[in-house]
Amino acid sequence: MDKSFNWLDPFASVDLGIGEWADGIKGWAMANRSLIQPVKTFFEGVIVRIESTLQAVPPLVMLILLTLIAWQAAGRRVAVLVFCCLVVLGLLDPAAWSLAMTTLAIVISAVILCVIIGLPLGILAGKSDRFEQAIRPVLDTMQTIPAFVYLVPVVMMIGIGNVSGVIVTIVFALPPLVRLTSLGIRTVNANVVEAARAFGATPRQILFKVELPLATPTILAGLNQTIMLSLSMVVIASMISVKGLGNEVLRAMGRLDAGKAIVGGLGIVMLAIVLDRITQGLGRSGRERGHRHWWQTGPVGLVANLFHKQA
Amino acid sequence: MASQPQDAVIRCEGIWKVFGGNPQEAISAIRSGGLTKEDIRDRLDCVVGVRDATFSVARGEIFCIMGLSGSGKSTLIRHINRLIEPTQGAVYIEGRNVNEMGARELRALRAEKIGMVFQNMALMPHRNVRDNVAFALEVRGVPEEKRREVARRAVEAVELTGWDHKYPDELSGGMQQRVGLARAIAADPTILLMDEPFSALDPLIRRQLQGTFMELSAELHKTTVFITHDLEEAIRIGDRIAIMKDGVLVQIGTPEQIVTEPADDYVAEFVGGISKLDLVTAARIMQPLAWYEQAHGAADTAAWPVAAPSDKLNTLVDLSVGTDHPILIVADGAPVGVVTKSALLRGIQGREDAPQPKAEVA
Repeated sequence: MDKSFNWLDPFASVDLGIGEWADGIKGWAMANRSLIQPVKTFFEGVIVRIESTLQAVPPLVMLILLTLIAWQAAGRRVAVLVFCCLVVLGLLDPAAWSLAMTTLAIVISAVILCVIIGLPLGILAGKSDRFEQAIRPVLDTMQTIPAFVYLVPVVMMIGIGNVSGVIVTIVFALPPLVRLTSLGIRTVNANVVEAARAFGATPRQILFKVELPLATPTILAGLNQTIMLSLSMVVIASMISVKGLGNEVLRAMGRLDAGKAIVGGLGIVMLAIVLDRITQGLGRSGRERGHRHWWQTGPVGLVANLFHKQA
Repeated sequence: MASQPQDAVIRCEGIWKVFGGNPQEAISAIRSGGLTKEDIRDRLDCVVGVRDATFSVARGEIFCIMGLSGSGKSTLIRHINRLIEPTQGAVYIEGRNVNEMGARELRALRAEKIGMVFQNMALMPHRNVRDNVAFALEVRGVPEEKRREVARRAVEAVELTGWDHKYPDELSGGMQQRVGLARAIAADPTILLMDEPFSALDPLIRRQLQGTFMELSAELHKTTVFITHDLEEAIRIGDRIAIMKDGVLVQIGTPEQIVTEPADDYVAEFVGGISKLDLVTAARIMQPLAWYEQAHGAADTAAWPVAAPSDKLNTLVDLSVGTDHPILIVADGAPVGVVTKSALLRGIQGREDAPQPKAEVA
């Protein structure tokens, strides 16, 4: 122990070397590049494919498509709102639409991975108190730790680009999905679960036929939050060379170009409103929809009805 | 007990259920008799749900378990399909020990042999009536065609035809419980477990559903365990009634036995307010003809109204209002007893007729 150890200020003289130890991860990552690269290439390919698909669709077709999806998911009024937001987004700047599609591709990739990872974790947390207790501090950390802290190690491990951007986004956007899935499973009416047991359902059948369907509105609320948080990460992700609307904002900041920053920022907001309203529409319960199946309402219902009448 | 063990469909032997940390210790403490309920709760941190319950239910019988809330009746019924594991004791269904079954066997038993109806309906809000009713078949992998057919018939049986495609929240409470009943009988189980099925309904609807249930059970002859906190309901429905208090089965007997020979003050207090008119038979209140003649001299019974020993007080009242004579009770063509007006009135009150005149009682 240091001679100058001071009881009143004990922490100044103790150095456990946590910083150096954590820095070792960086060294490990650099040493294992060859292991990480193939995985990276795979995900990069997926993201690029999603993006090129989104870019290939003519803006007007995409606009109509998203409006129809909104109508199907959330009704006519939301469809009008979504249409307006998309038109505003397109009019912001000649390049805005293309940038928005790039951002959308990143968000979609991140959200898909969040669902793949978060849903099982959430179910597990909903079923097991111990797992819930174990995972809660991890989720807290993921949500509160400044993004810049893990930005560097992720870049060291994987390098700059879309894949790192998606990973960084997942770290921040995953927790609400896990939390709300767990909450959804926990708040399923215990009487209904008991009834399912009393009629001989297996644990698996109880999960898929009772718990998950009843937890769906809560899970979708979690999904909505995950999408919103993903969008809020696009500016930070653009620091590690992710293109899109976030990058516009970042560049505008560098040049103190308020006009460009506002264009990029508003673009993100418009995209956020569109995605939020559509996913919120999905989360309405059966009763709110008047107990009609999704194919009985919206544009699909309209078309189905036409065919029905002809037949 | 009335039923022979070999014909018992459900047999519960010495069921104990103690919730909390030291169940075995609590049981032995209660057995040795030293500790009260409060002692067990405070010192051992245990709550006794069911205390040494033994009974059996014969094929086709409706067995009512009556008790106030917290008496352990809902806990007890859940042992029968092992939704709750007993701390001690065993449940046999058609001779097979439920507590020794593997998971697969237990699920088969629950889906095929036992139907259950819950106080809070516990319908699945995301499924329509038909899919709720067919749930037990669905989990057994019965093909869709068959399921629809079975569900249709079950829905018809509870008089809900045409509501198949509605969702539970579109139905009134009474209708929801009809769906619950349909779900329980859909798989044509041997046993019905009814956990306060009609308690949450308002009185008129409750009456209707009791009617539906009794018609159904007369038709289907299911062995039924029926939980209720309403003694009148237990009397109307049950072939036999068990009274439960603080986890103990205080008395088991036919409705008439319970009402006329309550085992202790607790049961007596319950039974006090119950109308005896449709419960007590002539056999219970009549006096031998000889006694009557001893007191009143030889009687000319020709003008007397006549009833059978099994006739209820209600019938006797109808006979009695038309005449001043006592009622002659005749079995197999021979007079066996006499019911005087005062005996009849006392019978309605639930008391014995005092042989010698007493001071007036209010």
